[in-house]
Amino acid sequence: MGLRRAIVLVALMEVTWSLNVTTIGPETVSTDASAHPEPAEENTEQKEAAAAEEDVMATGELNPNHYPAQRAAKLVQHYLNARYGSPYKLFGLKEVHSGNAEEVADSGRKYQLEISVHEIISNTKEKCSAEVFFPSGAKQLSPQVQVSACEEILKLDAKSEEQALYQQYKTNKTVRTEERLPDSYGHIDPEMTPFWHLSIVASSFIMLKESTENTLYNVAQVANITQLATENDQLKFDCHVLLHEMVSQEIPQWKLLFTWSPAEGVKVLHTEQLPHVHEFEKRAKPN
Amino acid sequence: MHQPFEGSQAIWMDCGIHAREWIAPAFCQYFVRQILQTYKTDAKMEAMMTNMDFYITPVLNVDGYMFSWKNSSTRLWRKNRSPGPSGDCYGTDLNRNFDANWGTIGVSSDCNSDIYPGRGPISEPEAQAVTYFVGSRKEDFLCFLTIHSYGQLLLIPYGHPDFTASNYNELMKVGEEAAEAILKVHGKKYRVGTSPAVLYPNSGSSRDWARMQDIPLTFTFELRDNGTYGFELPQEEIQPTCEEAYSGALHIITYAHDKTFNGAAATAAALWTTLLALGVHLM
Repeated sequence: MGLRRAIVLVALMEVTWSLNVTTIGPETVSTDASAHPEPAEENTEQKEAAAAEEDVMATGELNPNHYPAQRAAKLVQHYLNARYGSPYKLFGLKEVHSGNAEEVADSGRKYQLEISVHEIISNTKEKCSAEVFFPSGAKQLSPQVQVSACEEILKLDAKSEEQALYQQYKTNKTVRTEERLPDSYGHIDPEMTPFWHLSIVASSFIMLKESTENTLYNVAQVANITQLATENDQLKFDCHVLLHEMVSQEIPQWKLLFTWSPAEGVKVLHTEQLPHVHEFEKRAKPN
Repeated sequence: MHQPFEGSQAIWMDCGIHAREWIAPAFCQYFVRQILQTYKTDAKMEAMMTNMDFYITPVLNVDGYMFSWKNSSTRLWRKNRSPGPSGDCYGTDLNRNFDANWGTIGVSSDCNSDIYPGRGPISEPEAQAVTYFVGSRKEDFLCFLTIHSYGQLLLIPYGHPDFTASNYNELMKVGEEAAEAILKVHGKKYRVGTSPAVLYPNSGSSRDWARMQDIPLTFTFELRDNGTYGFELPQEEIQPTCEEAYSGALHIITYAHDKTFNGAAATAAALWTTLLALGVHLM
């Protein structure tokens, strides 16, 4: 490097250093490349337990942004969809405002929640109170949900669209999807959208039943939905859905047989979980 | 425009560690385009690009990403495409493969599992590449952002519930401010906290590894949505998602920059670089 340039550099370096450029972070600890993070003051005895299982369940007042309240609140979404959902009515969890959890002696854990629920199609929001109960014990009983204080959103009327769809598909038309819903690019043919909603509603029965305090389910994608012959004035469908379980990051696959009419809502007749197949790897016999 | 030289401060951003999270690579591309447009007219961005190097990896898990584009049945692939120990399983979860409490929690030893952490820490070439590149320059990095979907979250270290970052308060403060910036763009709420608090415990993540290298500001972004479309985010949500995430990322980057290059020092550094460049011409 030329002498002149070196002098310029040195002069400027004097200036820069004298202005006290602070380096990274207020309290950086060891710069050892294999440094381990600092253990928290509490919970050192849980180090062994943490490696194997979930920590002791949160009890009392819950942080609404943390997972225990969020997972319980998601069940309210699944409950509302199973109970009140339709091709033109689909609920989403908007926000958790507050939550509380308590042990119920020898039977399980109960959550009390204040949440905001959102009806996706009409884009209306309402605050609701809900109670979610996770039963304990070996029997694998389903969680129980009760909702109160959100009558408005449940009274939302989509009756005319529902009737129109029902009449159309009872007699004239029939559904048999070609593409997944949504497809890889998030696209859904507008004519298929009500059936995407119906599949989510039917899946909500499964998601509600399968949920525990250690899971969080959403519908990842509807692989296909096929309409079968109408039975007892109920439209009947066979569908194959891919769920997403957030904690394990798995994609459990289910087949469902269900019926729907505006009067009766969705009734699930049969469900079957498909085995964890990696279609690409299992190059069995070429079809 | 800026000659990187040894010891210059840097920002890291990676997208697409998980194949199916398509909105993430889209965001990295948006981010690059945005900073290259903005610096021409925005003095602050110009100063930041003068003072810092930006290292952006738009698709870290290239094999997995390409596999997820193959056909509709591969769309929801998550891991890389390394062959498993036996002949009949594929893929390691790259975000469980880093050397940060590797294999301790939030993993499965079943090689079919979507959270299989690999045969050992940094067993995977993708994780090795990041470890070597960032590791050999770790003092330079002010900020390490890793972009994922979905869930609308800003997650701070550590994934293991027994460990707390020494600058936890700073990370929460900057994270909450970034979430506020995100909210202002399109009204979407992003929750902030450690992974074990907000989402689930895990180990071997790139973010935890980066924090353990003393990179002070390390965040995981989980972009839209909240589960309605999940991984298959519709086209019309790409732009708004990128806009809000940009706002959040920019807040963190600006904070990191301003902490290191406060006021006069920033000008001096910029001046120094300009004169150096001039000096080259004078020789």
